[in-house]
Amino acid sequence: MAEFTLRLRRFDPESGDAPYWDEHKVDLEPHRSVLEGILQARARFDGSIAIRCSCRAAICGSCGVRINGQPALACHTHLDKALRGARDGVIEVEPMGNMPVIKDLIVDMDAVHWKKIRRVTPWLIAKQPVPEREYVVAHENMVDVTQSMACIQCGACVSDCLSMEVDPDFIGPAALAKAYRFVGDPRDAEQLERLQDLAEDPAGIFDCTHCFKCIDACPKGVAPMSQIMRLRRRATGDHHIVDRNNGARHESAFVSLIRDHGILWEAELLPRSHGGDSFFGKFAPAAGAELVDSLPVIAKMLLRRKATPMKILRPHNLPAADLKQIKRIYTTVEGREERFELNLYISGYDEEESEDTATAAVAADGGGQTAAESGQPGQSPEGSPTR
Amino acid sequence: MKVAYWPGCVSRGFTPELHGSMAQVAPLLNIELVELDRAACCGAGVIAEHNQELADTLNARTFALAQQVEGAELMMNICSTCQGAQTECQERLDASAEYRAHVNATLAGEGLSYEKGLTNKNFLWLLVEEIGLETLRDKVCRPLTDLRVGPFYGCYIVRPTDRMGIDEERPRDTYLSLVIEALGGTVIEYAGMHKCCGFPIITMNKQASLKQAARHLGDAVDADADCLVTPCPLCHLNLDLQQPLAERVAGRALKMPVLHLPQLVGLALGLQPKDLGMARHVVKPTSVVDWSASVVAGVGDGGQRG
Repeated sequence: MAEFTLRLRRFDPESGDAPYWDEHKVDLEPHRSVLEGILQARARFDGSIAIRCSCRAAICGSCGVRINGQPALACHTHLDKALRGARDGVIEVEPMGNMPVIKDLIVDMDAVHWKKIRRVTPWLIAKQPVPEREYVVAHENMVDVTQSMACIQCGACVSDCLSMEVDPDFIGPAALAKAYRFVGDPRDAEQLERLQDLAEDPAGIFDCTHCFKCIDACPKGVAPMSQIMRLRRRATGDHHIVDRNNGARHESAFVSLIRDHGILWEAELLPRSHGGDSFFGKFAPAAGAELVDSLPVIAKMLLRRKATPMKILRPHNLPAADLKQIKRIYTTVEGREERFELNLYISGYDEEESEDTATAAVAADGGGQTAAESGQPGQSPEGSPTR
Repeated sequence: MKVAYWPGCVSRGFTPELHGSMAQVAPLLNIELVELDRAACCGAGVIAEHNQELADTLNARTFALAQQVEGAELMMNICSTCQGAQTECQERLDASAEYRAHVNATLAGEGLSYEKGLTNKNFLWLLVEEIGLETLRDKVCRPLTDLRVGPFYGCYIVRPTDRMGIDEERPRDTYLSLVIEALGGTVIEYAGMHKCCGFPIITMNKQASLKQAARHLGDAVDADADCLVTPCPLCHLNLDLQQPLAERVAGRALKMPVLHLPQLVGLALGLQPKDLGMARHVVKPTSVVDWSASVVAGVGDGGQRG
């Protein structure tokens, strides 16, 4: 047995009192969970400590909290590991973020998480006619959506989403990962409509700021941000949706500027993202409006000689021979019949010793093919991430 | 030490002072920079979002060029976003021999090939892991005494934790603090130091983007920081270049100078602020530098802050 000190964030909105910290010492084996520590504190010292839990085996997703500032399942975090992450020798447990606190460590999942899940039509809209017996679906297609199906709805990713922190309307990582589960499912009849909806919504797929917080937060390796990127790829690449949020224009401008110049030409990227991906993009009204909005910044830039007018008008090009190489790479890769996508969550990693027997799967995300059967979902060597 | 040096795009575009200050600082730290001036943009996640294989191939080309630099111990970058985007591609390339062969087949036409196992480190990691804090401390000739510096990492260099190789032995998410201390400065911790500057959505949701920048800058102001330091030029764009617009969103004055990492190191190693390009920032770092005498604030006046 060992002694651990827990510092719990306590708050009862109905009491009218401010939140406060409460410390308790518990006696448990180091490999026991933080949840068991909290339950012991509740049993021994203070029956009013509130926490939601059920399975205690990282399956039900009830006990999402923040431990030492990081989102985690309380039942899935060992006390000794939590202690190593503690700043001052005390394990700090708080309720999850981005959601209102009901009491102590319990947050209102209905108000945020479930509302957003409902927002993405979280069920299959069956293609008609419905077959008499089962649908026959290619194995690779189902493997492709396995990662998002691993979600246990614990809300850890919602808790730490940095976009949601400033824009509470953002549909968010959990719900968008759920959306990919149906967009990636060949049985669904409304993939285009789903993608149009999520691309046009100002709080949709293009509101993700690419901060990787949800990837770190998820206890199940769902990598919600990667699913959001898949949604974007499908929306712009497969369905050619040009959204009002500049998502498609920005991507297109970025990709073609690198093809043409090798490195980024920021002065051209911004107007094209607003006005459209061509030389004339900067003369579009939307680009003009953006220019006016940014005048204070542009004036300062020129004043401080951060950028000179010449630099704004002329890109920094790579040598001609290298630009040619880059164009050839673009032609080869963009010319493939199907986009290739390697998902390490599905393929796993090569064994260190025997590279020859490598069995990684190169799975196309365009809708089925190649060797996805070689890997098991979630398989990875010891110590490697699952995502 | 000799490194294959990847400056990235933004350091040659809207933050030229970053590229310039790195060139000034490198000789003082005995780093020989061999610039990868033939390599393409890392894609910053956007090319990968468009077509993952395209991003992997472009970066494999960069890695192959880096491996051709004779005598170079490793590849070094000066941009958190490059670090993150390139590491993501490298993770896939290194994970599967079959995929690597597939990508190398595209590069074969250019006479290039990427071999598994390149070491690619941001200047920040290189400072701590290769040069070492002791050596750095010994080289300081103008300690940043009483300068209150807030670290700002940038998402791409701290997450996902395991992909970025952050663990108990290599706590890379604390390196900025270690460097600030080694340079003699005071570390100011504040809520936003590991959060997102908002830059990736500046064209998609400008309001939310500026709100993120404004919030972190405001937190740093409230924590009484003199300046922020960042290893990411994209963060610098949102935190410094866009700061006048962020102030508009925040509804308060911020006036928070943001330094590039090589600039902060350069100051402590005795370089002049003007030579480090500090006059090129949108938010003039007056709280850091006494421009009349060009000395770092708090150093020249015997520790008493003016």
